[in-house]
Amino acid sequence: MRLLTHNMLSSNIKGVTNGFPLGIIIDKSTQIEVEINTDFLKTMFSKIDWKALVDAATLMGYSDLPEEVDESMLESEELLNKFHHALLELHLEEGALICPETGRRFPVSKGIPNMLLHEDEI
Amino acid sequence: SLLFPQNGSATLEEKEDDGSPVSISSNMDVHLGHQRIDMDHSIEVDSANPSAYSIKTKVISPSMPFRSAQIRLVSGHHEVYEPCDDSFALVDALLADRANLLEHQPMFCMEVGCGSGYVITSLAIMLGQENAGIHYFATDTNPHAARVTCETLEAHGVHAEVISDNIASAMEKRLEGLVDVMVVNPPYVPTPEDEVGCDGIASAWAGGENGRTVIDKILPVADKLLSEKGWLYMVTLAANNPSQICRSMRENGYASRIIVQRSTEEESLHVIKFWRDSDGHVGGKESTTSTTVIESLFSQLHRLSFWKNGSNN
Repeated sequence: MRLLTHNMLSSNIKGVTNGFPLGIIIDKSTQIEVEINTDFLKTMFSKIDWKALVDAATLMGYSDLPEEVDESMLESEELLNKFHHALLELHLEEGALICPETGRRFPVSKGIPNMLLHEDEI
Repeated sequence: SLLFPQNGSATLEEKEDDGSPVSISSNMDVHLGHQRIDMDHSIEVDSANPSAYSIKTKVISPSMPFRSAQIRLVSGHHEVYEPCDDSFALVDALLADRANLLEHQPMFCMEVGCGSGYVITSLAIMLGQENAGIHYFATDTNPHAARVTCETLEAHGVHAEVISDNIASAMEKRLEGLVDVMVVNPPYVPTPEDEVGCDGIASAWAGGENGRTVIDKILPVADKLLSEKGWLYMVTLAANNPSQICRSMRENGYASRIIVQRSTEEESLHVIKFWRDSDGHVGGKESTTSTTVIESLFSQLHRLSFWKNGSNN
C-alpha cells in the first residue's frame, strides 16, 4: 500500500463523522523505486492532504518532506523528488490502518488493506 | 470461425479488388502440448471488405510485448472467478477503445470487482503506468481475489493498488470526482436475493433479481467517483435490461454506447461505455469496422484454447 492510497482511504464505519486520516501501524514496510512524473505530482498536490502525507511518511521512516508547502514550491525539483518518494515509493506491506474515531484496526497484509466492514459497522 | 490448415496460414473469404490490405503484426504465445511456441502473426485485412482476412504465422524466438494480460500468467484460487467470456469481452472493449483512452490521458483508473486481476492487469498493460502518470486501483469483496490480483499484476510486471472493500466504500470520500476510468464486470447473473453477497466464489456472479442488485449499488458509487471527464465501462447481460440501465443513467446525465456485444450459447453480453453528457464527448471516434474486427480478432487469438489440445485444426 502506497501512501497515495493511504491518503485516499477513510473509515466508513457507521456513525463516524471524520474517518480520515487513518492511523498507521507498521510491521513491515519496503521501498520500491518508480519513475517520476512531475505533471502527475503537480496535479495531485491540490488533492492530497499534505499533513496526512507528511505524518504518514514520518511514521514510515521518511522525514525529509517539509511540513509546510505551497504551490509555488512545486517548481523545485528537489521537493518534487521528495513528494514522489513519499507518495509512491514507500510501501506498507504488513500492519494496520486505524480508524481515528473508533480505534478499529483495518489489517494490511501483503500490501493489501482490508477495509471490509462487519455487519454491525455498515 | 477461424481455419488453420497445416501450413499455418488461413484465408476465409475472397478478397475484393478495391481497397488496399491492412497489415498488422501480432504475437501469440501458444502452448502446443508441453511446448511453448512463440509465433508471429500477420493479419492482412482488406479494408473494403473487413470480413475477409488472411493470417500468416511464423515461429519466432523472442517474445514481443503483449497488449493484454496473458492467461498463462493469471493467478488462481478455487474461490476466485477465473477469466471467462465476460472478462474477455470487457478487455476487448477496452482494447477497441484504447486509442481514445490514451488520448483521454486518465490519471486514476479503477476496477470494482477485480477477481483474478485479468482486467486491471490488461488495462495497466495497454495504457501504461506511473511514467505515463496513470495510477490504478482495484477492489474486491473477496480477500482471496485481492491477493490473486496482486499476483497476476506482479507476474506481468505492472502495479495497481489493491484494496479489499465493498465496491469502493473506503475511498468514496477522498476519491470523489477523481476517477477518470472505471471498469466493472459485476455479478450480473439473476439469482435468488439471498445468494447475493455471500462469502466465496458465488459472490462473483450472484446478482439477485434480474441480476441487478449489485449493479444498482455500483452505479451511484460510480457517479460519485467519476470525474467530469470520467468514463465507465460495464459488462451487462441481456437479462439485466441494459436499455433500462442506459435510460436511468441518461436521467443522471450520462450518454452511453455499446462497445462490444457478444452472444454465446448461454449468454448475451453487452459491454457499455458511459460518459457524462456535458463533456461533449461523443463516446469516442467511430472506429472503422476493420479496426474493430482486428482488435477483436487479436484478443481472440490469445485465447485459442484448441491449441492446448495440440490439434492441428
